[in-house]
Amino acid sequence: MNWLTNFVRPKIQKLVRPKEVPDNLWHKCPHCGHMIFHRDLEKNLSVCQHCGHHMRLPVKRRLELLFDGGDYQRIELPKTVADPLRFRDGKRYSDRLKDAQSKTGEQDAIIVAHGRIGGVNVVVAAFNFDFMGGSMGIAVGEGLVAAAELAVLQEAPLIAVPASGGARMQEGILSLMQMARTTVAIDRVKEKGLPYIVLLTDPTTGGVSASFAMLGDIQIAEPGAVVGFAGARVIETTIREKLPEGFQRAEYLLDHGMIDMVVPRTRLRDTLIQILRLLRLPGPAGEVVALPVDLPDDTGEESAVRG
Amino acid sequence: MNFLDFEKPIAELEGKIEELRHLSDTDDLNIADEVGRLQAKVDKLLRATYAKLTPWQKTQVARHPDRPHFLDYVNALVEEFTPLAGDRAFAEDRAIIGGLGRFRGHSCMVIGHEKGHDTESRVKHNFGMARPEGYRKAKRLMRMADRFGLPVITLVDTAGAYPGVDAEARGQAEAIARSIETCLDLRVPLISVVIGEGGSGGAIALAAGNTVLMMEHAIYSVISPEGCASILWRSGEAAKDAAEALRLTAQDLYKLGVIDGIIPEPLGGAHRAPDLAMAALGDAVARSLEELRGLDGGVLRARRREKFLEMGKTGLY
Repeated sequence: MNWLTNFVRPKIQKLVRPKEVPDNLWHKCPHCGHMIFHRDLEKNLSVCQHCGHHMRLPVKRRLELLFDGGDYQRIELPKTVADPLRFRDGKRYSDRLKDAQSKTGEQDAIIVAHGRIGGVNVVVAAFNFDFMGGSMGIAVGEGLVAAAELAVLQEAPLIAVPASGGARMQEGILSLMQMARTTVAIDRVKEKGLPYIVLLTDPTTGGVSASFAMLGDIQIAEPGAVVGFAGARVIETTIREKLPEGFQRAEYLLDHGMIDMVVPRTRLRDTLIQILRLLRLPGPAGEVVALPVDLPDDTGEESAVRG
Repeated sequence: MNFLDFEKPIAELEGKIEELRHLSDTDDLNIADEVGRLQAKVDKLLRATYAKLTPWQKTQVARHPDRPHFLDYVNALVEEFTPLAGDRAFAEDRAIIGGLGRFRGHSCMVIGHEKGHDTESRVKHNFGMARPEGYRKAKRLMRMADRFGLPVITLVDTAGAYPGVDAEARGQAEAIARSIETCLDLRVPLISVVIGEGGSGGAIALAAGNTVLMMEHAIYSVISPEGCASILWRSGEAAKDAAEALRLTAQDLYKLGVIDGIIPEPLGGAHRAPDLAMAALGDAVARSLEELRGLDGGVLRARRREKFLEMGKTGLY
């Protein structure tokens, strides 16, 4: 022990050692492995600035990103039966639900909100993947039914944003029935001549992909999103061969004619605005036509055209 | 006869009966008596066993290879069956068979999963696991029935939609979604019966009907007990527990309001007396059709949609 080890070395180490930082300030891109500073990641909408990999976006951030000025109103969803089968594996389903509720501060895996996108009034039903993998049970089905009803009531387009592994097994057959239920719900929107747009985010699989999520007038997917019916592991064990590169990714679906477009997150809002305006404001700019929607505030034509 | 694990005592008794019958070439009255006595015992045992099958045992019965399959039902119940093939886009998928026919005098469209009964036919029908083309054919045939005002009868018997690369590439999810959508849009009666295994999305694709029935020992579930066990219990061994937890029996589904009726099976299950099982299904479907006959197309469609919208408002407890 001397002056060198006790005083000089710590000083030097302090100089060279990286400053101790909380873990959550840096994120590692799961695709390219680059470290990304949290502010940069947030500014870039959770897209890696090095390789363009789209990480999952928390549902509230998703809603902020979609609506004009990040401004939206949530609607309260009707209460549904929790744990209808008293399901229990290693753990009670009712306990799993409570854990997910306290972890996320949400009742279940869906948020229904309305607001304006590019000035057009819309209803958005967005999945919360952090809540039991976004799985669809009765409550999620109820959310989609409520969203569809609101869209019909407001004569607004409906945008569904699934992020889900599929049906919620713990609700058994009742979760399977949500496939039929949500299909009826979104059909009501379509019947009214209102656009139904689906934004497929990572992942959209199982019973969710095989019902309302594949029935949009327009199907948009985020780059790299896994979208498909059967899980990759199930397919691999069935056919006993390796899956092709990029299998079940958004780009694969585009190539196979299953979706309309793959849109990077940074261009998502602009793309949606363009589509919504093309469908909802069909006349040439400035011309007054019979519009079934609320016009953007700046035109001031609203009362004149809605009879 | 293929015996299931839990049927061992029954198999032993029936074996004995068989032996005795061989001995009784000489018309020994004592042996005939003994056979009668044993047969009564078998019946009693069958009744006791089948009255309280566990969900896992039901799963095995529902998958029994000797159970009547789609084509058996069609041969027994549908006259002038005229199979129609192809999705008009890619292929003919023989996992789902469909066609026009006459059921109890009335023209109708009959569609269902066919599992096959021996190696060759199982391969031909891909074990009843359909690819997108199967669901697209079903959709096409349902639309046709709608156009001609013919009722649709669907018989469900599948482990699930086929999980393969080709199926995914051609849009398995979309094909199932459209099939469900079509079921829910028809302006003609749609009667669906789960005759064996109702496996997940591949089953409901044909089963969003006005009236949904199940055979007494059929199962209908969001995921197979094995699949559920491997995900939630992380062990395929727990399939028995998963079968219990999933509530996949006809009896539980009836309590949940997911199905509208249960068709009783002959003593010891449909595989012991296929003719009786098929006749019972015929009667039940005829009754259901009779209830819907004369109803306006719009009413049929609205009621069907309302029924599915209302589902899941109450649990089992």
